[in-house]
Amino acid sequence: MSLDAKTVTRIARLARIGLQPEEVETLGKDMGSIIDWVEQLKEVDVTGVDPMIGTGLAKPRLREDRVTDGNCRDKVLSNAPEREGPFYTVPKVVE
Amino acid sequence: MSGIHDFTLASARDALKARKISAVELTNAHIDAIERLDGQLNSFITRTPDQAREAAKASDEALAKDEGGSLCGIPLGIKDLFCTNGVRTTAASKILGNFVPPYESTVTANLLKDGAVFLGKLNLDEFAMGSANLNSAFGPAVNPWKRKDSDAKLVPGGSSGGSAAAVAAGLVLGATGTDTGGSIRQPAAFTGIAGIKPTYGRCSRFGTIAFASSLDQAGPMARNLQDCAILLESMAGFDPRDSTSVDTPVPNYEASLKRGVKGLRVGIPKEYHVDGMPAEIEALWQQGMNWLRDAGAEIVEVSLPHTKYGLPTYYIAALAEASSNLARYDGVRFGERVSAPSLDGLYEASRAAGFGDEVKRRILIGTHVLSSGYYDAYYLRAQKVRTLIQQDFLKAFENVDVLLTPTAPSGAFAQDEKPSDPVQMYLNDVFTVPASMAGVPALSVPAGLDARGVPLGLQLIGKFFDEETLIAAGHAIEQAAAFHHRPTIHAGVSA
Repeated sequence: MSLDAKTVTRIARLARIGLQPEEVETLGKDMGSIIDWVEQLKEVDVTGVDPMIGTGLAKPRLREDRVTDGNCRDKVLSNAPEREGPFYTVPKVVE
Repeated sequence: MSGIHDFTLASARDALKARKISAVELTNAHIDAIERLDGQLNSFITRTPDQAREAAKASDEALAKDEGGSLCGIPLGIKDLFCTNGVRTTAASKILGNFVPPYESTVTANLLKDGAVFLGKLNLDEFAMGSANLNSAFGPAVNPWKRKDSDAKLVPGGSSGGSAAAVAAGLVLGATGTDTGGSIRQPAAFTGIAGIKPTYGRCSRFGTIAFASSLDQAGPMARNLQDCAILLESMAGFDPRDSTSVDTPVPNYEASLKRGVKGLRVGIPKEYHVDGMPAEIEALWQQGMNWLRDAGAEIVEVSLPHTKYGLPTYYIAALAEASSNLARYDGVRFGERVSAPSLDGLYEASRAAGFGDEVKRRILIGTHVLSSGYYDAYYLRAQKVRTLIQQDFLKAFENVDVLLTPTAPSGAFAQDEKPSDPVQMYLNDVFTVPASMAGVPALSVPAGLDARGVPLGLQLIGKFFDEETLIAAGHAIEQAAAFHHRPTIHAGVSA
C-alpha cells in the first residue's frame, strides 16, 4: 500500500530532505511496497528474544584520559562550504 | 612469454622482489591500461597517476635495498568510500563531490605502510547503497564481461562495482571493497574475481564513510584468494580508533591456502534452495559440493530456519542506521551547500540537491522505522529477529566448519534489465545478507560461467575470526574450478 502524501511529507521533514511534489508520489509508492514487504517480520515469534545491538565481539575498553589528537583547526575547517575566520557560518538562527 | 598483465598480485610481488620487473614499470603499465580502457568501464572516480609514479619510485628504492613491506610496489585501487589524505573522497555522492579528507582511513594507512601504490579511487553505488553500481553520481561502472550473444552493457554488481570491474579488467592488481550486505561478494561473483568479507571487527572502520555501522566491514577484492589473503593480512588488525575493532592477532592468511579441506565439515543450508532459482545456479552449487567432497571434505545438510527473514531484517536495521549516519551531511561543516534563508531550509535544500534517489529513499525508510510510534514495531522487532538469525549460524557452526552457498541468485544482468521495483533489486543480496547480519566472515570465488558466458560465484561462510578455514576451503574450490576465463575488456587483450 502506498504511503500517503501527508506521511511522506512528515517523514521527509523529520529527515530534513526537501521534496518536490512529484517526488512525494513516487516515494510514497516505493516506500509503501518496501514497508509491505518488511511486514512479514510480524509472523516471527520474538517473545523473550533480546535485540541484537551489535555482534558483541568487541569488548568495551577504557583508555587513559589524555589528549590523543587535536590542534588541527585548519584541517577541520578545510572542507567548510562557507566560513568566517575560524567559524562555520549558517543562516541566522536566533533573532 | 606471459605479459605484464598476466601477473597476479602474488606473482607481481615475487617478480618485484626478484627484481625481474621494477615497480615503476608495473605501475606505468597499469596507468596505461586505465587510460586505454577506463573510458569504457568508468571504474575510477578519481585517478592519481602522478602520486602513483612517485610511490612506485620510492618502492623501487626500497626494493633495491631489500626493504619494503608485503605490498611494496603493488598497484591497487581504493573504493571511494575510504578517506584518503589529500585525495578527493566522494562516496559516489554529489554531496561529497569536492570533499578532500585531511586524514587517512586506517585500512588504507595499513596498505600504504606495507608499500602499496594507489592508482586512484574506485566507483561505487552512492554511499555503498546498491547492488548494480547504477546509483553513482559519477555514472555507472560497467562490467568488463559481455554475454556471448550480445553487446549489452552488463552491471558489475554493487556496491563495490568499480573495484570489481577494475580488478577483473586488469587495471589494478587488487582493490579494497566494503561489504554491508554483500557489496564485496556479489560484485566479485558478477565479475569473476575473488572477494572476502571478513568477520565484523577484523578491519577497522575508522575513516571509512559509514552506511550501516553495525554491518559495514572492509575487505579485499582480487583475482584469486591468494591475492586476497595477502591484502587482508595488511588491511586487518586492531585499531583503538574504532570501538568495534577486535583486539585479536592477524594470522598469516596466505599460509592457510595450503591447509586443504580433508575432514572439513561443509554445511549446505537447505533454506538457500529458494523458489525460482535458475537451474544453472543449483547445478553450480552441486558442483561446488562435489569439488569439496572430492578434495576430502564431508558435506552435511544444515538448517538456518530464519533465512527468509534476513533481507527484510536487513532493510530495517541497515536503513535505520543509514538514516542516522547520513544526518551529518547537512551542508554546514563539509559537503555541498545550497543556501536558504533559514537553517532548516539550508539542510533541506542541501540534502535534496546532494543525495540521489536511492539514498533519499533509504534515509526516508530508515527515518520512518525509527520514528515515534513505529520504532518498536519495526526497528526493535528487526533487532530481535537479527538475534535469531545470528543464533541460526552459531547453532549450525556447532556441527560444521563452513557453509557453502551460491553467492547470488543470478549472473550479471544488463544495465537496462534493472528491476523497477526496489524489492526485486534487493533480492540480489538474498544469499549474502544473512552472514552480514550475523557478523560472520564470508567470501566469494569464481566457479564457472553461465550459459551466456557470464561468471558465477560460490560463497563460503565461516565462523567468527576463522577466515583461514574459509580461505582453505575457497582455495580447494579455486583449484577444482580452474577458472581462467577472461572478460572481453581486459588490459592483456591487445587492441
